[in-house]
Amino acid sequence: MGASGTEVSKTTYREAMREALREALRSDDRVFLMGEDVGRYGGCFGVSLGLLEEFGPERVRDTPLSESAFVGAGIGAALAGMRPVVEIMTVNFSLLALDQILNNAATLLHMSGGQLPVPLVIRMTTGAGRQLAAQHSHSLEGWYAHIPGIRVLAPATIEDARHMLAPALADPDPVLIFEHGSLYNASGELAPPTAPVDLDHAAIRRPGTDISLITYGGSLTKTLAAADELAAEDISAEVIDLRTLRPLDDAAITASVARTHRVVIIDEGWRTGSLAAEVSARIAEGSFYELDAPVERVCSAEVPMPYARRLEEAALPQTADIVAAAHRAVD
Amino acid sequence: MSVARSSRTRKDPARPKSGKKTATSKPSASTESPARQPSTGHRTDLLEAMLRIRRFEERCVELYSATKIRGFVHLYIGEEAVAVGINEALTPEDAVVSTYREHGHALARGIPAESVMAEMYGKATGCSGGHGGSMHLFDASRRFYGGSAIVAGGLPLAAGLALADRMRAQPRVTCCFFGDGAFAEGEFHETANLAALWGLPLLLVCENNLYAMGTALAREHAQTDLAMRAASYGMPAWAVDGMDVEAVEQAARRAVEGIRAGTGPHFLELRTYRFRAHSMYDPDRYRDKAEIEQWKVRDPINRLTDRMRENGEPVEKELARIEQRITDEIDHAVAAAEQAPEEPVENLLRHVTSSPAEAVS
Repeated sequence: MGASGTEVSKTTYREAMREALREALRSDDRVFLMGEDVGRYGGCFGVSLGLLEEFGPERVRDTPLSESAFVGAGIGAALAGMRPVVEIMTVNFSLLALDQILNNAATLLHMSGGQLPVPLVIRMTTGAGRQLAAQHSHSLEGWYAHIPGIRVLAPATIEDARHMLAPALADPDPVLIFEHGSLYNASGELAPPTAPVDLDHAAIRRPGTDISLITYGGSLTKTLAAADELAAEDISAEVIDLRTLRPLDDAAITASVARTHRVVIIDEGWRTGSLAAEVSARIAEGSFYELDAPVERVCSAEVPMPYARRLEEAALPQTADIVAAAHRAVD
Repeated sequence: MSVARSSRTRKDPARPKSGKKTATSKPSASTESPARQPSTGHRTDLLEAMLRIRRFEERCVELYSATKIRGFVHLYIGEEAVAVGINEALTPEDAVVSTYREHGHALARGIPAESVMAEMYGKATGCSGGHGGSMHLFDASRRFYGGSAIVAGGLPLAAGLALADRMRAQPRVTCCFFGDGAFAEGEFHETANLAALWGLPLLLVCENNLYAMGTALAREHAQTDLAMRAASYGMPAWAVDGMDVEAVEQAARRAVEGIRAGTGPHFLELRTYRFRAHSMYDPDRYRDKAEIEQWKVRDPINRLTDRMRENGEPVEKELARIEQRITDEIDHAVAAAEQAPEEPVENLLRHVTSSPAEAVS
């Protein structure tokens, strides 16, 4: 509860997200939360625990296991003036609602000649690292970032978990929020925002001069750890957290490359056709003459996510992989 | 009836009057119980509404052949009684979600022919600004939410419109049109369950024209009695003769009355038939010509005029007047569409997002 005050408080990513939802439900009676087990169960990952008791079953609405129907219902309710927050358990399950997200949510405004904006927020868990195997662990946010008409957010910090929801709900268009499953237990200090929270800009999580490490979401922690290791070797790495995967903050990417001239992109998605590929292409298009070394990418191995711990770890981008890629670019 | 060819278990849709209740979760009156007394003026209105759709689409065929209209165009000819009859039960405050075979729904809803025709031409003055075309007609001011060309894709959205009304205690109904093909999609079943579970004010209008594109009903449904299957979700559901506009109107009024009374979603199976091919591209190889001719005998427009004649109503005089008015209206719509401006290419990225700056990224 302290996360909404003016004091610095100790909290977790999960609690920060819950506090953001609580604030949204309190401040706007058009807002309601809908999804599988968001109510009585308290949310598959515990994010909405306690909200049913506070706001009641109309506004914290348990749904049947019908992703397409309840995502579509969120779209319809948004068209009718509500501000729904729809929770999908994991990005893999969101594929059951992909028709509604792409063919309706992302498309209606344009297809109707501007008549039908869809002010809908969809939250879902993404990513691996918890031995949940090949149908609960993928990072498909890059696919969604391919789609014109939606905004794609990847809060990687407790601050963004706490503060991205309000501007997402204020956006007149659909916003998808990808919460990496490994982040919910992350704890830390949460200070009140010192500036208005915007959804348009990437953040420099660590300034540096020798190489840019560009990442987002669940890979941020590993990337910061890699920057620490590189610092011990006198390599000054700048860590860029993209925060918003669509639209990409081209200016932040360009400016960082102009400072460092070397780039590693870290993306938990599969390498082929990945968000990392898009960032890499934009650097090739816009910053080619700034580069002193080929762009490096650290992505997931191109395999359905395995269950066994050692295999899963081998499939995912790890700090050592990021350090090695940085060495290739710098050496 | 040759329709038996495409229907293993369902009864002859040509049975007299409006069809009987197939299944319902609660006892209710037959569709034949008059919700309102037919009157000459009202029948004339129904006739005009159906003729407007018929003549509009006949003109669309000509314009398609003349390459004025392109893309996929799905004609409603033969099914006019459904759109017109259902619309009679709705108010301007209610919402309509439609399919890609939607010219009839749009015109019945009151979207001007001029606005629809301009959209067919892809002009900036069209009801979707030329972004949608035949399959994606929208008019937010009339609460007409399109225009979905993903079979069953409009159903969840319609449930959401109804959910918003229920949450805010708005006494409105959302009407969702879809076809027998949609009944095979998961989205229909997900939505039917959700709407019944939550008691949403939703009218589910299944236009059963016996074919999902080229696939006959019995070739895609193990059980072809759709109303009975819908009733299994715990909502009132019954079949109606979709070739009889007055029967459709009566059924719709009864269903909408139930929805407004707070008894949750209702399902109507309108047994109907399209006289034309699935789209302008379709060579129509999967239907017997004889079957089409037999259904044409039940043309909803002729059926209404026959009834008016039987009642001694002055049909010929009315018809001449209506036909002239509609011809003028469509002539005007075509002339306006011909002269309407196109959306400038510089506006290509407009309306991708509400913020123009974001559209380019």
